[in-house]
Amino acid sequence: MKSYIIPQFKVDRDDHRCIRCEVCVRQCANDVHWYDEEEDEVYTSEDKCVGCLRCVTLCPTSALVVRENPTQVPTNANWTREVLTNIYRQAETGGVLLTGMGCDKDYRNYWDHITLDASQVTNPSIDPLREPMELRTYLGAKPDELDTGGRKSKPSLETSISPQLRMETPIMFSAISYGAISYNTCECLARAAAEVGTYYNTGEGGLHRDLYQYGEHTICQVASGRFGVHADYLEVAAALEIKIGQGAKPGIGGHLPGEKVSAEISRTRMIPEGTDALSPAPHHDIYSIEDLAQLIYALKEATHWEKPVSVKIAAVHNSAAIASGMVRAGADIIALDGIRGGTGAAPTMIRDNVGIPVELALAAVDDRLREEGIRNHASVVIAGGIRSSADVVKAIALGADAVYIGTAALVALGCHVCQKCYTGRCNWGIATQDPDLTRRLNPDVGTRRLVNLLTGWSHEIMEILGGMGINAIESLRGNRLRLRGVGLTREELDILGIKHAGA
Amino acid sequence: MLRGVRFRDDKDFSGCSIFGMMNASGMRFTGAPMLTAIANMKERSNGLGGGFATYGIYPQYADLYCFHMMYSDEAGKSDCEEFLAANFSIEQAEIIPTSPCEGVGEAPLLWRYFLQPRENPAPACEIQDLDDFVVQAVMHINAVIDGAFAFSSGKNMGVFKGVGFPEDIGRFFRLDEYEGYIWVAHGRFPTNTQAWWGGAHPFNILDWSVVHNGEISSYGINQRHLEMYGYTCTLFTDTEVIAYAVDLLVRRHGLSIEDMASVLAAPLWTDIDRMPPREKELHTALRQTYGSLLLNGPFSVIVSNLSQMIGLTDRIRLRPLVAGRNGDWMYLSSEEAPMHLVDDTLKDTWIPSGGEPIVFQVEDAVAVAQGEEMLSGVAPGG
Repeated sequence: MKSYIIPQFKVDRDDHRCIRCEVCVRQCANDVHWYDEEEDEVYTSEDKCVGCLRCVTLCPTSALVVRENPTQVPTNANWTREVLTNIYRQAETGGVLLTGMGCDKDYRNYWDHITLDASQVTNPSIDPLREPMELRTYLGAKPDELDTGGRKSKPSLETSISPQLRMETPIMFSAISYGAISYNTCECLARAAAEVGTYYNTGEGGLHRDLYQYGEHTICQVASGRFGVHADYLEVAAALEIKIGQGAKPGIGGHLPGEKVSAEISRTRMIPEGTDALSPAPHHDIYSIEDLAQLIYALKEATHWEKPVSVKIAAVHNSAAIASGMVRAGADIIALDGIRGGTGAAPTMIRDNVGIPVELALAAVDDRLREEGIRNHASVVIAGGIRSSADVVKAIALGADAVYIGTAALVALGCHVCQKCYTGRCNWGIATQDPDLTRRLNPDVGTRRLVNLLTGWSHEIMEILGGMGINAIESLRGNRLRLRGVGLTREELDILGIKHAGA
Repeated sequence: MLRGVRFRDDKDFSGCSIFGMMNASGMRFTGAPMLTAIANMKERSNGLGGGFATYGIYPQYADLYCFHMMYSDEAGKSDCEEFLAANFSIEQAEIIPTSPCEGVGEAPLLWRYFLQPRENPAPACEIQDLDDFVVQAVMHINAVIDGAFAFSSGKNMGVFKGVGFPEDIGRFFRLDEYEGYIWVAHGRFPTNTQAWWGGAHPFNILDWSVVHNGEISSYGINQRHLEMYGYTCTLFTDTEVIAYAVDLLVRRHGLSIEDMASVLAAPLWTDIDRMPPREKELHTALRQTYGSLLLNGPFSVIVSNLSQMIGLTDRIRLRPLVAGRNGDWMYLSSEEAPMHLVDDTLKDTWIPSGGEPIVFQVEDAVAVAQGEEMLSGVAPGG
């Protein structure tokens, strides 16, 4: 069937610069470029281009430019090129539209409408280059009060504190499963988390045996498919996370196509090689809040009450009430994943239309837990579209204990957010299992890039804290007085619990 | 102007002078040296707020709660008295005596009540613990009853404060006629020109009084955390937050003064990591549990109760505090000079480290607080 889809990209090659080295030909797993020896000419098939810019980045003579295809569909506010493309694609395949990464729609990004405070005159700002600046964070349930054994002169602690995750910077790597991403990518995340003193999350794909050595910095996920969940897996983790939902696809389970299920993945996930790994939409042992409590306590019991248990949900309309129930069901950590949260594969319509921005969910959850007097019974971690240290600072001031970053971490490894993770042909060697592609990501280099990113962000957080006259991250957490909204409506300000700038 | 027409700032911003003086034997002395000392730090205040707290002044009513009230008008007074009568048996009600004083403008109606909580109060409050009941009552008056403001609610102690330089406020309230064994004073330099009587310091809840010089950058989260434990912050001042935090930590959660100080001005993680195991475990737990009560940003503070006067600065010591001791006489001050001005034989003075609490303890505190041991005398500078 002839495809009516207008290619999204146009590839321009500067023939004066091109030296026919064929780097682009070898680098493109989508076969956009090919070399004709007889004519000594490099040709392109633009309809195959996904815009990942691998060829542009590696071209030694900068001969390539990839840009949006300037061809216009007839101007129409409703029937845009994207809409037409989707319809043509479905008319040609009869399938569900798939996509990767987080929602790319223009829903208001609240981080960009919030500004931060700084100290002037009445209190001094603090110079983080000369003064201590503390980012250490503990995740887990905190008691309402401490029993220090009365007023005895000797220090003593009578209250036993629930298991805690100690992190040196309030940033963790989000759940991304082995299967969705390559082994090398998993290794980079694990080693970087260990080096920085934070955590990465396995996602729902189990944990490769060779990565058990980083268990102290690993949060092992238990999702509805229970892929790769066994005693050793639970035992090796620093914490466990029950995945109820994902911001990119609230209400549905994970999809890993059979082509990505290699021998190693089959062993790790405990499923036959080449079979689709389809997680059920719900956990079939959790149809209600009391069922969640049972699973939380089953996991705690199975791990001798030594590990905090997190519960991750997609940010949806009633997140506040749901989160409150989760805390009462025994969750030590609440993870909220917003509408901009990433994925390796999701139906486009779900990704782009289900869920709410995590900023609003966070504010509502933090408020609700405080109103109910149980905010300290669980830590709150958010995920879904954190792009910079400034976003991290704003999230913590709104009420988060820490953040998960997924997309930002993959971008550090080379991802250009082309949103084609589900094809398994990631030219950057990240979201693929093709051995020719996965070896493009060198674990030593990747680890260094991730460590650099977290180090840079941590320094920036310290600078911002110092400017606010704060030298410990806990004095920022939930300190919404240090935030102001710009260009937000009264209702948005009320939900976020912040004042408008100037007020 | 009682509760004042507030500007819409997040809270009050102010610089200040603080001075505390105590006799460790519980000997009571008049407020005269306090006026001398605080007047010596005039540069640190700007006439928009001054006040005093003093302990041991009502020995004849030592077992009754004493509420000092400000009323903007008779209506506020009658509403409040109706509430008080429903929840307390009022043993004594009287006007707080004052003298006209240059520099002190129009004052609200100032009354004091000696109260005993009723066994069957009105249903608005539930009695679980008498102190909690009194806290609830104060919160109710200050948040709900229009035109009424409770600014002192302890036993055998009282707060006197208003708009003016502190030495003028002291003369206005005739503090040379009161005898207490602990005195603290505060002179205020608010940056928002709004001046209102209730917003002057000290801040008091039950027996706790706080005078404070600083600007707490963690105010937002301190306040939200305290709200979770039932404290409503009505004054938008750091001092109020500190007082509630101390009340929560020491009275309700039973922490020692040292542990309380370790919450408000927490040791750095690098120091905690080097502590012996048991101490490390305790301090780690304190920061994990009470991190939202860490006071960040510059402050020096004097916290007092019936038996103690405690000085504390923030952990990197961004505001001044000097301590002094001369026999039974104990001093805490923003500056050293006023201590020598009132006590010219004082030699032992020192500057505490950041986050290090200075605890001055009254000997035989229970008897002194109950008014059983009544010593009066002339203080240095008196």
